[in-house]
Amino acid sequence: MSQAQPDLLYSDVEEDLRASVRDLLKAKAAPEALLARVETAEGYDLKLWRTLADEVGVAGLAVPEELGGHGASAREVAVVAEELGRSVAPVPFLGSVVLATTALVRASAGGFVRRLASGSAIGALAVPLSTAPGAGFPSSVTVSASGTLSGRVGTVADASVADLLVVPAAGPDGPGLYVVEASAATVTELVSFDLTRRVADVVLSNAPAVLVASGSDAASALEEALLFGAGILTSEQTGIAEWALTETVSYLKGRYQFGRPVGGFQSLKHRLANLYTDLVLARATARNAADALATGADVPIAVAVAQARVSPIAVHASEEAIQLHGGIGMTWEHPAHLYLKRAKADELALGTPGKHRARLADLVNLPA
Amino acid sequence: MTVTASDLSRQATEFLASHDPGTTDRMDFLRARFDAGLAWIHFPAGLGGQNAPRALQSVVDEVFTAAGAPDNNPRRIGIGLGMAAPTILAFGTPEQHERFLRPLWTGEEVWCQLFSEPGAGSDLAALGTRAVRDGDDWIVTGQKVWTSGAHESQWAILVTRTDPDVPKHQGMTYFLCDMTAPGVDVRPLRQITGEAEFNEVFLTEVRIPDTQRLGAVGEGWKVAQTTLMNERVAIGGHVQPREGGLIGIVTKTWRERPELRTPELRDRLVQRWVEAETLRLAGTRLRQQLTKGAPGPEGSAMKVAFSELNQALTGLEVELLGEEGLAYDDWTFRRPAIVDFTGREAGYRYLRAKGNSIEGGTSEVLRNIIAERVLGLPSEPRVDKDVAWKDLPR
Repeated sequence: MSQAQPDLLYSDVEEDLRASVRDLLKAKAAPEALLARVETAEGYDLKLWRTLADEVGVAGLAVPEELGGHGASAREVAVVAEELGRSVAPVPFLGSVVLATTALVRASAGGFVRRLASGSAIGALAVPLSTAPGAGFPSSVTVSASGTLSGRVGTVADASVADLLVVPAAGPDGPGLYVVEASAATVTELVSFDLTRRVADVVLSNAPAVLVASGSDAASALEEALLFGAGILTSEQTGIAEWALTETVSYLKGRYQFGRPVGGFQSLKHRLANLYTDLVLARATARNAADALATGADVPIAVAVAQARVSPIAVHASEEAIQLHGGIGMTWEHPAHLYLKRAKADELALGTPGKHRARLADLVNLPA
Repeated sequence: MTVTASDLSRQATEFLASHDPGTTDRMDFLRARFDAGLAWIHFPAGLGGQNAPRALQSVVDEVFTAAGAPDNNPRRIGIGLGMAAPTILAFGTPEQHERFLRPLWTGEEVWCQLFSEPGAGSDLAALGTRAVRDGDDWIVTGQKVWTSGAHESQWAILVTRTDPDVPKHQGMTYFLCDMTAPGVDVRPLRQITGEAEFNEVFLTEVRIPDTQRLGAVGEGWKVAQTTLMNERVAIGGHVQPREGGLIGIVTKTWRERPELRTPELRDRLVQRWVEAETLRLAGTRLRQQLTKGAPGPEGSAMKVAFSELNQALTGLEVELLGEEGLAYDDWTFRRPAIVDFTGREAGYRYLRAKGNSIEGGTSEVLRNIIAERVLGLPSEPRVDKDVAWKDLPR
């Protein structure tokens, strides 16, 4: 097996994009502000979202310019995801930009794409967040003879702030991808394990819907969105792992016990060195997935490898952050738990590591 | 005026036109290549190179390989090329450059490394092999260990203790040691694999002329650092294709032998596959950083991950083979010229991989390096810092 070498570095343009996102998040999504928000009625920071859309253009980042976007690639989307992971910012990036917009671009649904790309509307892809690529087209929503949709979809990411729902539904003529105005659906936000990315149940009862793709076009638009999401998510997970390592190292340099900085004890140093090693591996792997999604080469394998490897690394890093912070790490007032919750939810999102391994075994011919 | 790829390609082609590899004696050919500055092109003119960018070496090598020219068998002389040569270049006198570099590169003289001792492993600076001045010579006595290829070497790079009365890092001196000199006794060191890839080297009143000292008296640690830095470069730079390396051996067995498969082994094999692919990608990324001139500190992390993967993977391979895993291919006490992970069977690979987390810096020392130099965490307490070497507890 040979392949063209992927570009695993960050370009200057990507570094500039990172810097502008990071500066904005530093100013507007500080940990204290996140903690103050999580138990209010406004779990999402839609003001920050609008700023990200207006000032950095994240809403239409990977949308072609002729559809009102910036014409960037998965590589840039991944850089933004990494920064949003580092700050666990409560914005509907995954649901709207990564999943719904990708599905609509693939379905060539120009008008809806424009609304999402401009940031004037937020989208969500109406599948359970745990849906893995290759899972098959869902059938929990059905299409009536008059073209309305009925059914229920649980745990849809970012649906509670969405204006548009992209709904895969089983019609009389096979699979179809539809757009439903959220106002025509009953969307109920769950008490979500991840405090900074909410999931919601979506119930449709004869909801008016616009068909944007049908048959194999619908199936491939959904599959491509799921693959894109699964690949990009690993950059978010890399950002989480990076935060966990950086924050823990910094804390352990300043925390004194037994008359020494705790970070000088070898058992802790070695655990941090292991986290660093994991981060090196995670970054290369997530970068490879982003590059594959940008070039279209080797996508299923690159995404499955990244999901199988980076998900557990992000979970482990945020678990270590809790343990190595000691007592303060277990408190509600310290932000470490926000990262643990995001990392653990991300592990389930778009396929668990085990599911991706099983998929990979088939992709690389390791038969049962 | 910088040499370009096309200049080098042209030079190599012209060299081949005047030195037909089919009819020229192998050693004459290699010596002439060295003298033409086409050996290691980043070395200075007159010493086998032309101060060209190191990244262009492959341009030259490819022209020679394509022409079927003899090479200097780089695997056999890896320690000379990777460790001795850059150190001799950095610290040697013009006479030493002239005397040693050409036969080193051509492979006429093979080199080994006399650094580690039974009492100085991770703490190399604690070494105790004594060198005492005697007129124009030094008299060296001590014991070195883990010396690969000592039995095939004409020369060694050697670090000794010349002043036991100062703290350990200050009293060392570096020499080039003739392995055929009286008093050098090389004994094979048998490993858990059954073979002896390494040696113990006993030095008993070995006489080394002062002209074979490399660097100043007492500067041995500084000189040794140059050698060790080059060792890490040599270990870190290799990138495999997908399923290259040991993972390919196990996946081949898996595909060819359906009777060995179980669901549980399959999931573990995929985990190792993922780790191998991830490590390959991280290696690719490291190489891309180096090409851009921004070397990252990832090398130590890569080595830690590489050893863990090799150990887990070779363990899985033995388990996968079931009852065949209870047999071993060969316990014969032999002295192989190079490590051969692929030419032997699963049990050998499993046992040899145990050395991966020890050789070239133990994983524990590498984790200290990552924690201290990359993450900036406090260093280990240095209780021996201001103590004369002779007064250290041992």
